Amino acid sequence: MMAVAEQPPYERKSHKLAIRHAISWIGTATTAVCASIGAICLLIILGYVAIQGAGAINWSFLTQLPAPVGETGGGVANGIIGTVMTVGLATIIATPLGLLCALFLAFFGRGWMPEVVRFLSDVLSGIPSIAIGLFAYILWVAPFKHFSAVSASFAFALLMLPIILRTSEEAIRSVPRTIREGALALGLSEVVTTLVIVVPAARTAIITGLLLSIARVTGETAPLLFTAFGSPFWETNPGNPMAQLPLQVFNYAISPYQSWHQIAWGGALFLILAVLVLNILARLVLTARFNR
Amino acid sequence: MNATIAEAPLEVKHLSAYYNEDRLAVQDVTMRFAHRAVTALMGPSGCGKTTLLRCLNRIHEIAPGARAEGEVLLDGENVYRNEVSVTELRRRVGMVFQRANPFPTMSIFGNVVSGLSRSVSKSDKTAAAEKALRSAALWDEVKDKLGKPATALSGGQQQRLCIARALAVEPEVLLMDEPTSSLDPISTLSVEELMTKLAKEYTIVVVTHNMQQAARVSQYAAFMLADETRAGKLIEMDETSKMFTKPSDRRTEDYITGRFG
Repeated sequence: MMAVAEQPPYERKSHKLAIRHAISWIGTATTAVCASIGAICLLIILGYVAIQGAGAINWSFLTQLPAPVGETGGGVANGIIGTVMTVGLATIIATPLGLLCALFLAFFGRGWMPEVVRFLSDVLSGIPSIAIGLFAYILWVAPFKHFSAVSASFAFALLMLPIILRTSEEAIRSVPRTIREGALALGLSEVVTTLVIVVPAARTAIITGLLLSIARVTGETAPLLFTAFGSPFWETNPGNPMAQLPLQVFNYAISPYQSWHQIAWGGALFLILAVLVLNILARLVLTARFNR
Repeated sequence: MNATIAEAPLEVKHLSAYYNEDRLAVQDVTMRFAHRAVTALMGPSGCGKTTLLRCLNRIHEIAPGARAEGEVLLDGENVYRNEVSVTELRRRVGMVFQRANPFPTMSIFGNVVSGLSRSVSKSDKTAAAEKALRSAALWDEVKDKLGKPATALSGGQQQRLCIARALAVEPEVLLMDEPTSSLDPISTLSVEELMTKLAKEYTIVVVTHNMQQAARVSQYAAFMLADETRAGKLIEMDETSKMFTKPSDRRTEDYITGRFG
């Protein structure tokens, strides 16, 4: 047993306590400054885009085709439709694949094979999107000598896959083991237990991951350059080149015409708002889960 | 050392259970579980009583590397034979867990009928749910809010809901793994009364840390103890009244009188 200290430790070591308080204060201040810098940068970008782009967004901007140079008006409706279709198709491709992979990792997560899958998934999430675009080009565009929205969806799906996979795996793992045991103990099969009990219990976190992955690719431009390519027309056949909002922003922004710059700002603002809405939706889904 | 049990629908013979392929947790247990009675499995932490219980409905083996050797006989048939359907076995041998584990996305009603086949009609499900909830002494408390989320119930109600869920499948045997360890005294009392009531129809096996509880609810009791290699063994099994008054093994007496564990 230790002897009882003659003096209370907080009196003897008060100078050390002061140093600790100082270090604590410096730490808090440093992190606060860093956080503020990040937040201010974001606000400046958002504010600038909003100021520049707000004037461009109106009804014809959202409903009309791009106008030729020299004509006033026109919009990016085909780009909005194209982006929604391309991202939608990518979601349809990536979701079942990512979910099944996540189930595999969550239930058979031991041994070398799941480790390899996890590692490759992390590598995939780190590959620059332009490289993914090139990969889609080589696989889907070059052999057919034809740009297409499908090839862009394929590239997007590859970008979404690691996000869906890891968030879904975490979501499924976070379902308590006792829930699964309870279902199995009732005589439910592994398949029913997984699909009817475990996955629904994880559904809010899975949906959150899905929305975040959609938000992530919605603003992607690089892979579109040599896959969807862009189009000045209404195009709804995913086998053909298709207009894409980020591509339109890119093309208008590097053009020499003032009126096109205006449209580029509008498109950028619209994209940011769309992604923002998706992120807020994800947050709402997540908080709804905890408030229940 | 075994009491004479005339009718035992459930029986284990030379059962050994392992974790991580070779870590022996239960060693060579042979015992019988009486029909229409509560059998309590007692012993200090780590003596293998929960593992033994989890072997009876083969839920033990869902952990990676977990396995069992020996026989578990349900109505004379070994449930560890290859051709036995595990899902069918678990419908006959229901289980209630240490912590209430209602399915979080389901309503109270949905939880109770979750073990029933999807082909059961809605009206049959409603009837089965009412019967099970009445058996679990929960009907009066929840009959007006069957559509509410199960997680909105109190801890004791959730545990009785889990009992109702197990009963709805109409099992023959009910396994209970420390069913009151996370409940307050009043909820504990209601679950204990329920066990006494259910013992009129079912074969009940309950794992408990609480000797007073074993004395209150069980007709038979078994005492288990881990040896120096942490392998759990059955020390003795007898009528509960005899176990608590004149146990035949010194170690049982030491445990019951509070000298260890």
